[in-house]
Amino acid sequence: MTPVVSLRGASLAFGQRTLWEGLDLDINPGEFFAVLGPNGSGKTTFLKVLLGLQELSTGTAVLDGHPVERGSRRIGYVPQQKSFDPDTPLRARDLVALGVDGHRWGIRLGSAKVNRKVDELLELVGATDYAKVPVGQLSGGEQQRLRVAQALATDPKVLLCDEPLLSLDLQHQQGVSALINRQCRDADSAVVFVTHEINPIMDYVDRVLYLAGGKFRVGTPAEVMTTEVLSDLYDSRVEVIQANGRLIVVGLPDAATHHHLDAHSVAGEVG
Amino acid sequence: MDLGDLLHSIFNFENYGELLVLVQNSIWAGAVLGLLGGIMGTFVMKRDLAFAVHGISELSFAGAAFALLIGADIILGSLAGSVLAALVLGVMGVRARDKNSIIGVIMPFGLGLGILFLSLYEGRAANKFGLLTGQIVSVGTVQLQVLAVAAVVVMLALAAIWRPLTFASVDPDVATARGVPVRALALGFMVLLGISVALSIQIVGALLVLALLITPAAAAMRVTSSPRLVVTLSIVFAMTATVGGILLALGGRLPISPYVTTLSFLIYVACRMIGSARARRGLNGRVVRSAGAVA
Repeated sequence: MTPVVSLRGASLAFGQRTLWEGLDLDINPGEFFAVLGPNGSGKTTFLKVLLGLQELSTGTAVLDGHPVERGSRRIGYVPQQKSFDPDTPLRARDLVALGVDGHRWGIRLGSAKVNRKVDELLELVGATDYAKVPVGQLSGGEQQRLRVAQALATDPKVLLCDEPLLSLDLQHQQGVSALINRQCRDADSAVVFVTHEINPIMDYVDRVLYLAGGKFRVGTPAEVMTTEVLSDLYDSRVEVIQANGRLIVVGLPDAATHHHLDAHSVAGEVG
Repeated sequence: MDLGDLLHSIFNFENYGELLVLVQNSIWAGAVLGLLGGIMGTFVMKRDLAFAVHGISELSFAGAAFALLIGADIILGSLAGSVLAALVLGVMGVRARDKNSIIGVIMPFGLGLGILFLSLYEGRAANKFGLLTGQIVSVGTVQLQVLAVAAVVVMLALAAIWRPLTFASVDPDVATARGVPVRALALGFMVLLGISVALSIQIVGALLVLALLITPAAAAMRVTSSPRLVVTLSIVFAMTATVGGILLALGGRLPISPYVTTLSFLIYVACRMIGSARARRGLNGRVVRSAGAVA
């Protein structure tokens, strides 16, 4: 199987500070790949490398057989949820339509074909009921469903997700991650899912890249999310506890704690 | 002056038919600018550039005043001023906060320069005043042709970048990920905006450009979110304001800008009222299913 994403000897440094170095990585079609780590560990920068918005300090990054380029149709990108201005002249279906042909020059002629595709995508993510609602008046969860639809419009080889579940409630977290997983399994897209919180996607993740303290570890969740590995990455005693199929990480260093506190509360609600 | 005289100087429809023939060119010019302003305005609103329009128009005014002073072509002067300002904003003001402070710096500087040039100018006073408040009665055939051609060129260019510009305006992160040249489009749009501002200044003057490039689109966005309908309504509103304003101003001896801006303002107020009435009733296009069916 040819990998869709391929990094060789990749490293990234800003001045004296090395985020990570010597990263060799292959991500295969149909693989659900999570990128985890505390704030400032370079998760988002990792995504930017694949998007061609950030150059590697050393090494190469290849996406679908081509060196990464600044923006690409082979990529579907699901960003963090951000609120739209309530006046934005854009309805749910218009946002999705931008994913279908927004990159083309000129004015949209022959809209029937685009409309059909948009209807299909809205149906796929269960957004048909609010197709005509202005995006500024939708809830965060509804917006993220549209983001998924928008990203799937070009049937991308790789789906890059940048904390797409942030600020969503538990129910929407599950809905949106299930949608992304479906694309991964049914359409064989590789999913690169950047998150600080593995629990909502625990059932789907094939492999994990955990970045912390200038070091990293790649492997299945069972291999990486252990007391030994995380303690080594953080250079201090970190305890990983399993409860009801959820992971609770205890004892993270101060700089990394506040996000993982969320992990406690989420796990608390479920357990 | 009593109230009757006042009204008479504001609304006067004597010899209306004859006057109408005389100002044909002006009406056409108003229609062209309405069309252009209505279309451009939708992007100005989407890109949050209302304040930038104001800044560009002050520099455009300075350019025109300079041209007037040295006896050069006023249109060329205002074009040079506004395109320069637009490019500076496009290059420097990438982030919203930067943009606003840069505009705040440029705007008084441009206005100051303009006033300096006007004070040095020793020609007719009407020429001076016209740059700020607009002049409509004196649109010649050649001027109209230049205006129409320039407007058509701007609109064609805008049509060519319409979709990626929309994408880049409302959703810049995802557009970048898709390979849309967000930066280049921003610059290109600023140039088109600069030209549009310079053209509009000919009719409504530097101070009131906002009434053409912002109010109609802002009004349209209060009543609909459909991108096509926003553009259509914005054009209709802008043309109503310009052509209507010229027709009302015809008989009086006042500049047209108060008529144009008042019409524009009234349309906005009406749209706002319609918009909030609709919001109160919760009509936003959502399909409401019976309680049991909602997932």
